[in-house]
Amino acid sequence: MTAASLLVIDPADSVAVALVDLAAGTTAATVEGVTATTLREVPRGHKVALRDHAKGEPVIKYGAQIGVSTEAIARGDWVHLHNLATVRGSTHDA
Amino acid sequence: MIASADHPGEFLGYPRRDGRAGTRNVIAVIPSTGDASGVVAQVQRLRPDACCVVHQAGAAGPLADLERETLAGFASNPNVAASIFVGLGDPDDPMAALADATRARGGQACAVGLIGEGGWDAAVARTVEVYDRAAAGAQDAVRRPVPIASLVLGTECGGSDAFSGISANPVLGRAADRLVEAGATVVLAEVTELIGAEHLLIERAASPDVARELRELIARWEAFALRFGEDLGGDNISAGNMAGGLTTIEEKSLGCVYKGGSTPVVEVVGYGQRPRRRGLVVMDTDGHDISELTALAAGGANVIVFTTGRGTPTASPIVPTVKVASTTPMAERLSTMIDFDAGSVLSGVESLAAAGDRLCDLVVAVAGGRHTAAELLGQRDFALPPLVSSVAQ
Repeated sequence: MTAASLLVIDPADSVAVALVDLAAGTTAATVEGVTATTLREVPRGHKVALRDHAKGEPVIKYGAQIGVSTEAIARGDWVHLHNLATVRGSTHDA
Repeated sequence: MIASADHPGEFLGYPRRDGRAGTRNVIAVIPSTGDASGVVAQVQRLRPDACCVVHQAGAAGPLADLERETLAGFASNPNVAASIFVGLGDPDDPMAALADATRARGGQACAVGLIGEGGWDAAVARTVEVYDRAAAGAQDAVRRPVPIASLVLGTECGGSDAFSGISANPVLGRAADRLVEAGATVVLAEVTELIGAEHLLIERAASPDVARELRELIARWEAFALRFGEDLGGDNISAGNMAGGLTTIEEKSLGCVYKGGSTPVVEVVGYGQRPRRRGLVVMDTDGHDISELTALAAGGANVIVFTTGRGTPTASPIVPTVKVASTTPMAERLSTMIDFDAGSVLSGVESLAAAGDRLCDLVVAVAGGRHTAAELLGQRDFALPPLVSSVAQ
C-alpha cells in the first residue's frame, strides 16, 4: 500500500495538509481517499485547496474558519500568506 | 466501541462513595505548608509506594486561598483513597482545615502535626503508622465495572513542535469526541493557548452564560498579558510558524484547541475547580506544565492525556498521564517515555479517526489499570499555581 501524502484534519475542511513536499502536478490522496492535483509546488506541512474558493470566502481547517481568501483559490492550489488572511485584527488596535 | 471487551460502556475502576470513580487507588502524603516538606520526604524514603508531594506554600500570602483550594482538590481526587496532611501544627497551620476541606469534597483525610506528636521523629513515625493503616484499608477497594461517563479526561500539550497541531492534538481531539459521546467529561485548559481561536470556541458555547464566561476569561488573560507589554490578541504567529505552513493565528490556535475535540463547551471552571457538568469543559489555567497537571488533578481528572512534540518528561503523581508523541522519530528516540505515537497520521498510514479510536481505547485501558510510561518510570511531579494564576483571576 502506498502511504497517503495528504491529511484532512476535519471532514468539513476546505484544505488539506501536505505530508510530503509535493511537486506541481502531483495527484495526492488522503488515507480516506480524498484527492487533489497540485497546481504548483506545495511544501510539507503547507495547505492544498480541496475545492475552489471565490475571493473573500472562508477557508476551513479544523472544521472552523482559519481566515478568508484574499483572491480566488482553485482546487489544488497552494494556500498560504499570498491568498489567505486572518479575519482577526489585534483586539487592542487603536 | 469504547469499552473493555467484557464490559461494554464501562471500565474497571474504583467506585467512590460520592459517585465518582478512581482509576488508581493511592495514598497521598502532603505537607500542609512547605516547611513540613522534609517530614514528607522522609516518609517517602520509608514508604516508596506512598504518593508523597512537596511544595513551597506558606501559611499566608496572596496565594494562600488558591493554594489551599488546590491542595484540598488534589487530596480529594477520586484516584486518592486517603490523604495525610503533615504540618507543624501551630495555630496558624492549615493542616486541620485542609483535612476538613478534603472531606467536604468527598475525600478522606487526616492531619499529623509535629507539635502534637512531640517532634520530628515522632511525626515521621506517626505518619508512617497512619499511612500503613490507610494502605491496608485501601486494599478493601477493588476494581469494579463503572460507566465510561465517570471518566474525567484532562488534556494538556507541552513542548509542542510543528506537527503537534496536525497529528497529536487532532488525534486527541478525535478521542475526546468519542469520550464525550459516551458521556464522559473532557477538560481543556491553558487559556493563553486558546487565544486566537476563542471566538470559534465561544461559538460552540452550550449557553449564553457559558459564552459570557469564556469571553470574560479571555479578556482577563489578555488584560493581564498587556500589563507586561504582550498583546495576546494580536497576530501572534512567528516566521518559523509561517515557514512550517501556518498562515493565520486562528489556524495556529485551533491546532491547540482541537485537542479538546469538537463538541459544545458546557462549562467554564476556575483553576483546579471540579466541573459540575459532563461534556467539554474549559478550565482557567496558565500554561505552566506541572501546575496545569496539578490543576487538572485538583479538578478531579482521573486520566490525563499529554501531547508533546519534544517529549516533555513530566506526569502527575496521582493521575495516570498518557504521553502522545507528535512524530514517530521522537516516539522512537524517547520510546520508554511515550505511550502513543501519533506520527502514524503524518506517515500517511493511518487516518485521524482510526488513530483517535486507538487512543480512546488506550485511555480506557489506562483507566482500567494499564500502567503509563510515566508510571513505570516513576515520574511524579507536583507544582502549585504560579503567581500568574492568581493575578490573572
